[in-house]
Amino acid sequence: MSACYGSTIVVKDHYQLVIIGAGPAGLSAARVATGLGVDVALIDEQPAPGGQIYRAMESIPSERAELLGDEYQHGRKIVSSFRQCNVDYLSNTQAWSLNSKREIGLLKGDMPSMITADQVLLASGAMERPVPFPGWTLPGVMNAGAGQILFKSHGIVPNDGVVLAGSGPLLLLLAWQYMHAGVKIKALLDLTPMRNHLRAMPRLPRALMARHYLIKGLAYKKDLKRAGISTLHNVSDLHATGNDHLASVSFRHKGKQRSIETDLLLVHFGLIPNAHLSRAAGCQYQWDRSQQCWRPELDNWGSSSITGILIAGDGAGIGGARTAEHAGRLSALQATYKLGAIDKYERDQLSRDDRKWMRDDLHIRPFLESFFHIPRKLLAVPDDDTIVCRCEEVTAGDIRMAVADGHSDSNQVKFLTRCGMGPCQGRQCAEAVAHIVAAAGGEKVARGGHYRGRPPVTPLTLGQLASLYPEETE
Amino acid sequence: MFKRLDENPAEIVSITIDGAQFDVPAGETVAAAVLASGVWHTRTTVVSDSPRAPFCLMGVCYECLMVIDGKPNQRACREVVNDGMRIECQHATGQL
Repeated sequence: MSACYGSTIVVKDHYQLVIIGAGPAGLSAARVATGLGVDVALIDEQPAPGGQIYRAMESIPSERAELLGDEYQHGRKIVSSFRQCNVDYLSNTQAWSLNSKREIGLLKGDMPSMITADQVLLASGAMERPVPFPGWTLPGVMNAGAGQILFKSHGIVPNDGVVLAGSGPLLLLLAWQYMHAGVKIKALLDLTPMRNHLRAMPRLPRALMARHYLIKGLAYKKDLKRAGISTLHNVSDLHATGNDHLASVSFRHKGKQRSIETDLLLVHFGLIPNAHLSRAAGCQYQWDRSQQCWRPELDNWGSSSITGILIAGDGAGIGGARTAEHAGRLSALQATYKLGAIDKYERDQLSRDDRKWMRDDLHIRPFLESFFHIPRKLLAVPDDDTIVCRCEEVTAGDIRMAVADGHSDSNQVKFLTRCGMGPCQGRQCAEAVAHIVAAAGGEKVARGGHYRGRPPVTPLTLGQLASLYPEETE
Repeated sequence: MFKRLDENPAEIVSITIDGAQFDVPAGETVAAAVLASGVWHTRTTVVSDSPRAPFCLMGVCYECLMVIDGKPNQRACREVVNDGMRIECQHATGQL
């Protein structure tokens, strides 16, 4: 059975394998590695296993789980089989540092500690792609994922109606889940440009090999239509307006300027890997044009550019929850092989079903990536007045001014403007700044560069840091 | 605004948000409790003192920094409510 630890954060200071993240990739990896006799710790910042996708799986009332649909309920198997593992499960624990020697800084409550591992598997999942638009910092504007978290974890839903806007499968899924919960959806604003339909067409035949996803998506759309929920397609120029709070959403549709009064707007523009820890460790990244994000350079077992650090699941590039489950198993097998607990033949034999599963599952991705391709106008050319760095309130105009002064990459612009230097450490602006810098300099986004990541990747107080070395503070 | 689905929570705890008392289900995060209690502003910004509210609810935006039991800069989306917990909107850096 998985052991849980209360006040003492760490039981041991060294493990054969440390897994970070308790979503589908991390949980499946723990199951495989412990099954092969590996000594494993699993670190996760949430109070219970499941990650974002299977959040609150163990505590959710069954009626609410029903409303969320069968894809969510698939997580029950993964979570319950994890609970059977012989693993040190450290919940409510933040990993704030990782280096190439595989030393990991942890924080639980106010208690920091350091542990080491022979192999580290990062399964830190995805976050929603932050896309700055006018008014996106107003209270009342939130990510669609935030709306879904409130629903999954707490059964909290919009009260006076909601406007959903953006592009991507999650938006459709959330609309469908809200519809089942009886939430009033004032409008679903689809910012996917019409030309994406053409762009995605050549990738449709391959997508048909994973057509259950297409069938599900079409069924959601049909249900929404039948429920009379108004979906406006090919919407552009999204603005959120209000004084201290969102009052209305305005946008362009069919050549006309329109506006809807609402106190809640949930936006979604796809997912990107959650990469802060791997970047701080120094893992190499490359720009993925199709996914419109940086992803780590990995071999087909998930091994990163740093020996003994593997990355699996959406943190390795967006593949979805089902693929994450199998990718986690593959990386666990590779870590186990590197630890000498299985030989190459066993590793290859044990991975065959997972490879086949992933190959079949990933057929849908190229189609989804081109269909939900975010237009350059949204990513790279927000109005000068639009805040890009939410923490330090740096606008797109400030960034362009820095570029005009001769600062041609994200890090230089950061030093000059303070963008990316607030408490979120650039999580919410790194991509947008890279796009804006590149566009302003007439370069490709990969040239704009990403902020350098450094530990600690979450803010620590000096007191927390000092208590790592109690003998020196007396 | 937000509301709770009618689910009859097993346990209720009592918290204060900027001095006003609210009874909320045990197990809720502070951010969830604040939003469901009809409170929209969780902090004001360091630069222009503009009001902000939770944005991502998964620990990556740091917009929900609040003062919890006197301690500033707590991510409200990661803290769970306790009976008697004092929750306050954080002004700028939250330091006096």
